[in-house]
Amino acid sequence: MAKFGMVIDTTKCVGCMDCVVACKTENNVPEGFNRAWIVEDVMGKYPDLHMEIRSERCNHCEEAPCVDVCPTGASHYSDIGEVVLIDHDECIGCKACIAACPYDARFIHPDGYADKCDFCFHRTSKGNNPACVDVCPTHSIHFGDLDDPDSEVSKLLKSRKYHVRIPEAGTKPKIFYLT
Amino acid sequence: MHELSITRHNELIDPTLHIWSWQIPVYLFIGGLIAGMMIISGYFLLKGRAREAKCTCFQLPILSIIILSLGMLALFLDLEHKFYFWRLYTTFQVTSPMSWGAWILLLVYPALILNLLLRVPVFILNRIPQLGKISEKMNAHPSTIKGIATLNITLGLMLGAYTGILLSTLTGRPLWNSSVLGFLFLASGLSSAAAFVHMIAKTAHERDILTKADNGFLTLELVIVAFFFIGLLTSSASHKAAADLLLTGPFAAVFWVFVIGIGMVIPLFIQSLAIKNKIKHTVVAPIMVLVGGILLRFVFVYAGQYSHWLIHAGLFK
Repeated sequence: MAKFGMVIDTTKCVGCMDCVVACKTENNVPEGFNRAWIVEDVMGKYPDLHMEIRSERCNHCEEAPCVDVCPTGASHYSDIGEVVLIDHDECIGCKACIAACPYDARFIHPDGYADKCDFCFHRTSKGNNPACVDVCPTHSIHFGDLDDPDSEVSKLLKSRKYHVRIPEAGTKPKIFYLT
Repeated sequence: MHELSITRHNELIDPTLHIWSWQIPVYLFIGGLIAGMMIISGYFLLKGRAREAKCTCFQLPILSIIILSLGMLALFLDLEHKFYFWRLYTTFQVTSPMSWGAWILLLVYPALILNLLLRVPVFILNRIPQLGKISEKMNAHPSTIKGIATLNITLGLMLGAYTGILLSTLTGRPLWNSSVLGFLFLASGLSSAAAFVHMIAKTAHERDILTKADNGFLTLELVIVAFFFIGLLTSSASHKAAADLLLTGPFAAVFWVFVIGIGMVIPLFIQSLAIKNKIKHTVVAPIMVLVGGILLRFVFVYAGQYSHWLIHAGLFK
C-alpha cells in the first residue's frame, strides 16, 4: 500500500505562486477560492529577521478529523495512496469538515459541496505528479510514496531537518517542510 | 515579532472562519429544548401524573413535534448541498456525531408520536377519531406508559448531549475541544425546557416543581461552565487563548452579561425567592432562562469558529 506525501523545501521556495496558479488551472478551482496558497512566516526583529516561505494546502492527514466527523462518508481516504478525498455526490454541505480542519484547507465550492486539494488525484493515481510539483521553478516541491524507503520523499526526510504544520493537533499531516 | 501573511482568502474561511450563521445556534437551542421537554414529559408520565387531566405532559409531545420541525428547517437551511441531505440515511458513520444526530432525530419523531397518542390533542382527534381507541388501549396498560416514558427520556438524553458533543469533536476549533460541552448543552436544554414548561403549566403544583428543577439545572450549568474553563485553561496555549475569548476577549461582554448573568444567575436568584414564597411565580425568570439558553448557543458557535490553533501567538492563521 502506497502512502502519498509531499516534501517541500522551504530553503528553495521563493513564494512565486506558480503552484497556486497551476493548481487553479489544473483543477478548475472557481474564482475567489484557492486549494493551495503561500504563507510568509517572519520571525525576529529588523535587521535580524528569519523568513520561511511555505506553499500550503490540505495536509492529507493520516488521522484526518475531516474524515472522522463527516456524517455521510463523503470525506474518505483513497485506496491508492491514502489521499483524503471528497465524494461530491455524498457531500451534503454541512461544513463539519471545515470546522474540524486545523489548517482551514477546505471551502464550500459554489456548487455546494466541500472542496480542497486532492493531491491532483486524477494525475497521481496514474503515477504522475501533482500539477504544483511539476510547475515549481525551483523544484522545491517533491511528491511520492512515504512507505517506500527508496522514494525521493523518504530519502529527503531521512537526510534533512523538517517540520509539519500544527503537529499538536494530533492529525499526523503528510506534508513535510524542510528547513 | 512573529508575523504570518497568507495569500489565501476563501469565502467563509478567511479572515476568520464563519461557516455557521444563525441556523446552527438556533437548531442547537431547539434540539436542547426538545431534549429537555422529552425528559420532563417522560418524568411526569413515570410519576403517574398521566392520571391528572391538567398535566402539562400531554401538551408537550405536540409542541415538541412542531418546535423540533422548525429546528430541522433551520438545519436544512444551513446545508450547502441541500438536496443531497438524504445521504445521511444511506450510511451510519460511528465517529461522526452528526451521523448519530441524524439517526437520533429519526427515532425522536416516532417516540414523540407514541407519547402524543397517550392523549391525542382534540383537533387531531376530531379529524381521526380512530386514534381515540388506540389511545384507550395504550392507556389500559401501565407498562406501555412506562415504556413510552423511558423511551422519551433516553432519546431526550441522547439528543441533548449530542448537540454539545457535535461541537467538541471538531478538532480545528480549540474552544470546542472539551468533553463537558455535551453535558453543558444537555443541562442548558433541561433548564430551558423547565422554563418553557413552567410558562405553559396550568397548576401551581407543576410550576413549583419546575421552578425547583430549573434551579437545580441552572446550578448544574454553572458548575459545568466552571469545569469547562478549568479544562481549557489547564490545556495547551491554544486552548487557553480560546477560553480567553469568552473570559476577557471579544465575546466576554455578551457571555458574562447575557449568558451567565441574565441567563443563569439572576433567574436562579428570582426563582429561589419564588420557591420560598417571598415573591410570586412569574414568566420573567423563565424568559430570562430561555434568552440565556439561545445566547449560550450563539456565543459558543460564534466564538468557537473564531478560535483556531494558532490563536495563542496572536497569529492570524
